[in-house]
Amino acid sequence: MTGEAMLRPRHYVDTRPFDPGASEPGGTESEAFYRASSWRLTWWKFRRHRVAVAAAFVLLAFYLMVPFVEVIAPYAQSKRHGDFLYAPPQGVHLFHEGRFVGPFVYPYRFTFNLETFRRDYVVDAGQPQRIRFFCKGDEYEFWGLRTMRFHIVCPPRDGTMFLLGTDRLGRDLFSRILYGARISLTIGLVGIAVSFALGLFFGGLAGYLGGWVDHVVQRMIEILRSLPELPLWMALSAALPPNWSPILVFFGITIILGMLDWPGLARAVRSKLLALREEDFVRAAELMGASRTRIIARHLIPNFMSHLIASATLSIPSMILGETALSFLGLGLRPPVTSWGVLLNEAQNLAAVQLHPWLLLPIAPVIVVVLAFSFMGDGLRDAADPYH
Amino acid sequence: MILFLIRRFATMAVTLAIISALVFFIIKLPPGDFLTNQIAELRAQGEAASAAKAEFLIKQYGLDLPVWQQYLVWIGLWPGPNGFSGLLQGDWGWSFEFDRPVTEVVGDALWLTLLINLVLVIFVHVVSIPIAIYSATRQYSLGDYVATFIGYIGLATPSFLLALILLYYTNRWFGVSIGGLYDARFSGQPWTWEKFGSLLSHLVVPTLVIGLGGTAAMIRRMRANLLDELGKQYYVTAKAKGLPPTRALLKYPFRMSLNPFIADIGNLLPHLVSGSVLVSLVLSLPTVGPILLAALKSQDQFLAGFILMFVAALTVVGMLISDLLLAWLDPRIRLGGR
Repeated sequence: MTGEAMLRPRHYVDTRPFDPGASEPGGTESEAFYRASSWRLTWWKFRRHRVAVAAAFVLLAFYLMVPFVEVIAPYAQSKRHGDFLYAPPQGVHLFHEGRFVGPFVYPYRFTFNLETFRRDYVVDAGQPQRIRFFCKGDEYEFWGLRTMRFHIVCPPRDGTMFLLGTDRLGRDLFSRILYGARISLTIGLVGIAVSFALGLFFGGLAGYLGGWVDHVVQRMIEILRSLPELPLWMALSAALPPNWSPILVFFGITIILGMLDWPGLARAVRSKLLALREEDFVRAAELMGASRTRIIARHLIPNFMSHLIASATLSIPSMILGETALSFLGLGLRPPVTSWGVLLNEAQNLAAVQLHPWLLLPIAPVIVVVLAFSFMGDGLRDAADPYH
Repeated sequence: MILFLIRRFATMAVTLAIISALVFFIIKLPPGDFLTNQIAELRAQGEAASAAKAEFLIKQYGLDLPVWQQYLVWIGLWPGPNGFSGLLQGDWGWSFEFDRPVTEVVGDALWLTLLINLVLVIFVHVVSIPIAIYSATRQYSLGDYVATFIGYIGLATPSFLLALILLYYTNRWFGVSIGGLYDARFSGQPWTWEKFGSLLSHLVVPTLVIGLGGTAAMIRRMRANLLDELGKQYYVTAKAKGLPPTRALLKYPFRMSLNPFIADIGNLLPHLVSGSVLVSLVLSLPTVGPILLAALKSQDQFLAGFILMFVAALTVVGMLISDLLLAWLDPRIRLGGR
C-alpha cells in the first residue's frame, strides 16, 4: 500500500444487494425518489390514500370471488324451493338457549294467512339446525370442466338456509346476488374496455392529427355529451332484437353502455396529447430521429396512461348503475341471466317494499362497488401525476 | 357580442340537426315497425278494413319511402304526402299506439318535464352553493365530512331505488301519497291554490331524489374550485387588509368560483333529465319518461322520436342558456369569443 492510498478513506462497498426502491422516500429530496420509475412513484402516492387502498381491497375481494361463485354460493343459481316462496331472511345464530352450538339457523314453519292470502313464516326456535361447512350440496359445472358438488357453506341437512330470504319462485336471494355479481361486475369492465378503445382512438386521432379531424371529433364529443344518457340507452336497448340470446343481449348492452361513455375519455386523451406534444422530451426524441410510432408508444402513451386508467376507473360506476337502471326497467339483461339489476327488477313495485323488503337487498352490493370504484378512482387520479 | 350570439345559435342549430338524424337512426334501428306489425296481425285476423286503414297511415306518413326521405319528411325538409309537414312546421307526427296526434299524447307531460327540470336546476344550485361554501371554508371539519359522505351516497345510490323507498316511507310516516302529480281528488278539477299546493308537495320527493346525485357532484366541484381560490394571493391580501371575512369571501373568491358553476349546468342537465325520466317511471309522474318507455317498447316511432328529440333539445337549449349567462357574467368569454 502506498502512502497516498492510506490517506484516503478506504473504498467501501456494501455487500448487501442494493434496491433503490426498497425504502419509501423521506421526501422529494431523497435518492430513492429520483431513481424510482413513475409507476413506482404513482404507487407510493396511491398508497398514502388510506380510503383508496381500502376500496381497492374491497374491489379485489369482489373480483376474486367472481370465478368461484359456484363454490361460495350455498345454492345453485336457479334452484327453486316451492315450499318457501317469499321466505324472509333466516338469521344465523351462535347460541341456543345460552349454550354455544356454533353457526346455526332456526327452521321455518309457514301458515297460510286467509286474510291476506299470503304465507306467514314462523320461526321455530325449538330445534337449531347447524350450518355445514366444506360440504356437498347442489350440483354445478365448475368452469364447464367437471361436475362438482363441493361448497364452502351448505344449508343444514334436511333444512334450509336463506340468509337473505327468497324471491317469488323460492330461489335463495343470497346465492343469486353472488351469481349476479358475476354479470354486474364484468359488465363494467367490458363496457369500459369498449369505451377505452373508442376514447383512445378518437382522442388520439384528434390530438395527434389536429386540424379538421380534431374539429370534427370535438363537435362529436360535445354533441354526445349534451345528450341525456338514460333515454338514449333506453332507445338503443329497446332496439336490440328480442330473439337474441341472453349472452348476445349482454354484449349488446355493454357495447351500448360503452358507446355513449367514450367522449369523456377521448377528451382527456386529446388534451393530454396536445399538452405533451409540446414537451421538451418529445422535441428531444424528435431531434434524435425517433419515429412517430416510437414517440407515441414510448413517450406519449406511458405519460398519460395513468391518467386514463384513473378516468376509466371513475366511469365504471356509471356503467354499473346504467346496467342496473336498464335491467330494472326491463330493457336491459333478461332472465335467466342474473345481474343485480335483473334481481332488482322484481322489487319494482310498492308491494315489494312493503311485503318483501329483502328483495331490495341487491342494491347493497351495487352501492358498495360503486363507492369503492369512486374512492379508488379518486385516489388514482390524485396519484396519477406523481411529479406534482 | 352579436357575433358571439350568432355563432352560438348556429352551433346549436347544427347540433340539433345532427341529434335529429341520430334520433331518427336509433328509432329506425329495431327491425319492423309498429304499422307493419299491426298490418300483419290484422291480416291474420282477417280484418281487412283495419288493415286498409293502417296501409293508409303508411302512405300518409310516407313510411313506404326510402329511409333518408322519411327522415327529411319527419323533420320537414322534404315534401311528404301532405306537403312540408314535419318537426320544423310544428307537426310532431302521429302516435300509432294511441291513434292520436303526438301533440295530444304528450300534451301536459312536456310542461311537467320542463317544470320538474327547472325546479331541479334551482334546487341543485340553492342547496349546493351554501354547503360548498361551508365545506370549503371549514375543510376537514365534521360538517365537511358529513356533506362529503352524504354526497358519495347520493352518487352511488340508484335514484329509482331511493324514490321507491321514500315513496313507501313518506306514505307510512306522514300518510301522504307522493305518487302521481297531485292528489287523486284534484284530477279533472280546475287549477286552484289547493291543487297547486298539492302539486308542490308531490314535487318534493322527486326533486330530492333526482337532485341528490347532481347536488353531490356540484358540491364536490364547487368545493374544489373554492379551495383553489382560497389559497390565492388576492384573498390573503383582502383578509390582510382587514376586510370582514364574509365580505372578503363573497366578494372575491366566491365570484371567481361561481364561473365554472354556471358552466356546469351543461354537465348537470343531461343527468337531471336522465334522472327525471327514470324516477318518473317509479313515482308514476306524468312526465315524458313513462310515455317514452311505452313508446320504445311498442315501436311507436314518431312518439318515441319526438320525446327523444324533446329531451335532447331540453339539454341543448339549457346549455345555450348557461353559455349566454356565462358570457354575460364573464367579459373574458364574451370578448374572447371562445
